[in-house]
Amino acid sequence: MVRTPAWKRYNVRVIWLSLLYCAFLLPAVYGFKHQLVPHSVSYVVAVLPALPIIGIFGAIGRYLVEEQDEYVRMLMVRQILWASGLTLSFATAWGFLDNFGLVGHADGYWLIVLWFAGLGLGGLVNKLTLGDGGC
Amino acid sequence: MENRLRILRAERNWSQQDLAERIEVSRQSVNAIETGKYDPSLPLAFRIAELFGAPIEDIFVSPSRRSSKAI
Repeated sequence: MVRTPAWKRYNVRVIWLSLLYCAFLLPAVYGFKHQLVPHSVSYVVAVLPALPIIGIFGAIGRYLVEEQDEYVRMLMVRQILWASGLTLSFATAWGFLDNFGLVGHADGYWLIVLWFAGLGLGGLVNKLTLGDGGC
Repeated sequence: MENRLRILRAERNWSQQDLAERIEVSRQSVNAIETGKYDPSLPLAFRIAELFGAPIEDIFVSPSRRSSKAI
């Protein structure tokens, strides 16, 4: 892992967004579980935890713009390609399996978890092929 | 891409980190370029060439020239 100034800024943004995610998610789960959320704001409360996650995608994009080290930037781009390829392939296969009634229906947000796991896989591929894990 | 970066660096007794600081990239980038795992962009290649006071083609071996020599 190469800790460039852009990478450090990215990390700070992700930490803040993760805290925000917890701050939105926990009350939303509690509120829906105990039926405390009025119908008029239920869609807003349900979507709130998604916003910091979307923010993390934005932070990744900003990191790519800010990263001055082109080799390190390329490592991250490769990781993103691996993550996206894995997620889209899995979603496609699962979609057909689901459609033919061979697997149960899965919540969509698991794709995000898979995408972040794909970033890790991309880092491993970078390590094995280039000797540098990347971000 | 084959290159003479390691030789030029050694002539000046610079570590990879020294060179990295001079061209404002990470040590990992210098290592990747030296070992031919990564081809630098044209702006970075110019920065390297200007640092060593040599034309780009004296530092980086053109892949087409290399293959024509092999023929």
